[in-house]
Amino acid sequence: MSHLDDRFEHHTPKPEGASAKVDLVDEVQIKTPPEICGMGHRMKRKEDPRFIQGKGNYVDDVKLPGMLYMDIVRSPYAHARIVSIDDSEALATEGVVAVIKGQDLEAAGGLHWMPTLMSDTQMVLPIDKVVYYAQEVCAVVATDRYIAADAIEKIFVEYEPLEPVVDPHEAMKDKVIVREDKEQKTNHIWHWEAGDKEATDRVFSEAAHVVEQTMHIPRLHVSSIETCGMVANYNKATEHMQIYMTSQAPHAHRTVFALVSGLPEHKIQIISPDIGGGFGGKVPVYPGYVCCAVASLVTGKPVKWIEDRSENLQADSFARDYHITAEMAADADGMITGLRVKTLSDCGAADAAANPSKFPAGLYSICTGSYDMQAAHIEVDGVYTTKPPGGVAYRCSFRVTEAVHMIERVTDIMAAELGQDPAELRRKNFIREFPYKSPTGWEYDSGNYEAALDKAMETIGYAELRREQAEKRARGELMGIGISSFTEVVGAGPSRDYDILGIKMFDSAEIRIHPTGKAIARFGTKSQGQGHETTYAQIIAEELGLPAADVQVEEGDTDTAPYGLGTYASRSTPTAGAAGAMAARKIKAKAKKIAAYLLEVGEDDLEWNVDRFQVKGSPEQAKTIQDIAFAAYTNHPPGMEAGLEATDYYDPPNLTFPFGTYICVVDIDKGTGEVKVRRFVAIDDCGHIINPMVVEGQVHGGLTMGLAPALFEEIVYDENGQNLSGTFADYLLPTAVESPKWETGHTITPSPHHPLGAKGIGESPTVGAPPAIVNAVVDALSHLGVKHIEIPITPEKVWKLLREAGVTD
Amino acid sequence: MSKHTITLTVNGNEFTREVESRTLLVHFVREDLDLTGTHIGCDTTSCGACTLLVNGRAIKSCTMFAVQANGAAVETIEGVAQNGDLHPLQEGFWEKHGLQCGYCTPGMIMSAKQLLEQNPNPTEEEIRWGISGNLCRCTGYNKIVEAIQYAAAKAREGQTEAGGEEASS
Repeated sequence: MSHLDDRFEHHTPKPEGASAKVDLVDEVQIKTPPEICGMGHRMKRKEDPRFIQGKGNYVDDVKLPGMLYMDIVRSPYAHARIVSIDDSEALATEGVVAVIKGQDLEAAGGLHWMPTLMSDTQMVLPIDKVVYYAQEVCAVVATDRYIAADAIEKIFVEYEPLEPVVDPHEAMKDKVIVREDKEQKTNHIWHWEAGDKEATDRVFSEAAHVVEQTMHIPRLHVSSIETCGMVANYNKATEHMQIYMTSQAPHAHRTVFALVSGLPEHKIQIISPDIGGGFGGKVPVYPGYVCCAVASLVTGKPVKWIEDRSENLQADSFARDYHITAEMAADADGMITGLRVKTLSDCGAADAAANPSKFPAGLYSICTGSYDMQAAHIEVDGVYTTKPPGGVAYRCSFRVTEAVHMIERVTDIMAAELGQDPAELRRKNFIREFPYKSPTGWEYDSGNYEAALDKAMETIGYAELRREQAEKRARGELMGIGISSFTEVVGAGPSRDYDILGIKMFDSAEIRIHPTGKAIARFGTKSQGQGHETTYAQIIAEELGLPAADVQVEEGDTDTAPYGLGTYASRSTPTAGAAGAMAARKIKAKAKKIAAYLLEVGEDDLEWNVDRFQVKGSPEQAKTIQDIAFAAYTNHPPGMEAGLEATDYYDPPNLTFPFGTYICVVDIDKGTGEVKVRRFVAIDDCGHIINPMVVEGQVHGGLTMGLAPALFEEIVYDENGQNLSGTFADYLLPTAVESPKWETGHTITPSPHHPLGAKGIGESPTVGAPPAIVNAVVDALSHLGVKHIEIPITPEKVWKLLREAGVTD
Repeated sequence: MSKHTITLTVNGNEFTREVESRTLLVHFVREDLDLTGTHIGCDTTSCGACTLLVNGRAIKSCTMFAVQANGAAVETIEGVAQNGDLHPLQEGFWEKHGLQCGYCTPGMIMSAKQLLEQNPNPTEEEIRWGISGNLCRCTGYNKIVEAIQYAAAKAREGQTEAGGEEASS
């Protein structure tokens, strides 16, 4: 057994199971030896020793002296007027300290409403009416978790039910107005377009083939295994508000808290400790957070609020809920010429999506995907319904999943229309020249789509599978093969276009090297499992030759880390990772001056070699980064500032465009309608790879989160707006049994503009997997006349299709 | 609310505490004993983040009362490493990247520990069924399976070498 101190051994320099036929586009470059462990090494994660021993520090683990607990009374109606709230019995209960209602927040300076990230407004606590089921109605603060939970049963709220509006198409008719607080009495929130309408209409009028499909990308919930929560600790003497929060974006949240509460920003400290999964669900500010902070302000004591799972599923931000009508045009040769899309975005009771401010439909216009076409036009309308607000990522870069699902589905439908193999239609229409300007205005940075398709087809044995399928079909067995060749857009983003509430979407790194050659590096992002403590250290190891084991990475404390916009939308490597490389390069520039001084040569006489500056032509004359670090504090050149540190705020010149091809094989049980994913090959290209082991882990996890909406997950509402998916018994996350053994691989096409040539990986599989699975199921049933199936593809749906087609067990 | 005095051993240490009859075992372990490695994920026995061992059996402690553990031997994630040595499962999860956010990991390790104690040489399918009561949202399970396979191999190796350094405490 290895001893606890024996932590940074055993790094395999090359990925296990690397393809025997390794050509240029596959090989992970490794420039540093294992003891330095720069990019490309499968370094064991530095964060893991605490997690595997139960020593993580999550928000619910925080315990402060005299801490109180908060619980929340929630609405049993989707739409109702509040007639009265009687909290007298609760307040008379021993241990109950306070009840916070909408009126209290209003009196505290209008805190009963708060801004959303999309510049809409959202109730913190209601005064006159509720607009979704499980909406926060009032909060109870007590000395004990159980007493608080008891007390919510002793608060009596009288409601006058109003008619709910659950269907967004109904909502567009404005018969029931959700937001009566607005000047405009309509549920229609915004209309957004991208592309060229006229050119697109022209392409469609000239097309030899047009296919059309409506589809619904249902409401999902991120369901990180840790729910949301907070410990707010206001010190009345120092007027300092310390907040532990399940936050993917602690700096942005500090600014929002300052702006909303009026507390000065330097008196607010947000600590995002270990986070038990985010996936976008910990980007928004929820009413519970505000109530918890107010509860601490009011009582002057630390207050803890931790959601239970039902609250999390019923009231926190949802993802997706796009109702799409898509048309694709092609010429007589089967070349795709155009895409025309209309989409209704069900926003719930507020536009509280987590998108960059100028992008109400996120980056949805990436929906022309991997295919070169002449024209495209995309329209999206946002609408209020009496459902919880949201529009978060679910492990996706701002609506890219919806875009990819749509284009990959209609591409298959076009292949069926043309009678072509879906792989060949894709190959024929791939974008081949980069940078590529898309008809909706994107500039794709780099790609090699055919290489990924080829590798996926070869790995899975595509031709052989088609033969097997034909044989099985002849025997009456149901087997399908589905492909998805997706293009993502991640790493928001360049300051000219990307901001959240006006704050530009740069990100940051600060590196300090200590005299003994060890370092601390702090970043503006916040890992929720992505492994930043390891991968950021590897970036610095790559750039400066400091062993990654000697670099302590910290994030999440706004008092110490540089300002940044946080971790979501696969932006950490493209932005903060780049900032880390740039800060390291600033340090290297100073290190060169120090080395020249120590070696008594000119800077031009020096060259860099892994971890040292050496004199060109006489490498024995060298100063390692450790020598230089010591000199920076003990023997620095006259006239130079002491120390060795740098900060960088990185503003990316463009987004990055990861891509890949996924191929899925399914078998369908004719008796039960159950879909079994037999094989799934995922070939991803995220540019240069920092840690292949971490990349594999991200891909595996993303694939299971892609399997989930394809086959299992959906937040369902009844006609009254009641959430029917409020527990994990109803909202089905895949277990290890449903999740297949993923087969992964990669190609490497570096981003030309990223300092490390990296692109981001965490979300590609969630984006790319669902259409591969759906395409496989439709393929299995295509000979029965099935052209499309809405997700999630439950056994019930398949069973009905089979029975309608006359197929019996 | 009536109170009861309970005595139990947790990770080999005996504790006597007064608890309310309704106190959940997971809250008792986390809040009364400050063993916060056992997590809460769903409150409904679905996710397994709160899994610990009671008399050697994997139990979801969010739906067991503390009073029901009176007299029992409880083992939590904090008791799995022995004398500074990681358990093969802990080693396997670290070596094979069997965790990302770490939130499900303690429960996952405790379920795997029961599995390997009952079946030291499980097939991949048996491993997948063995942890099917534990949800992970990050890893896609491939590497958790590999971590458990690593631990099983390592434990077998250890038994032949050292004559059985038993994992159970």
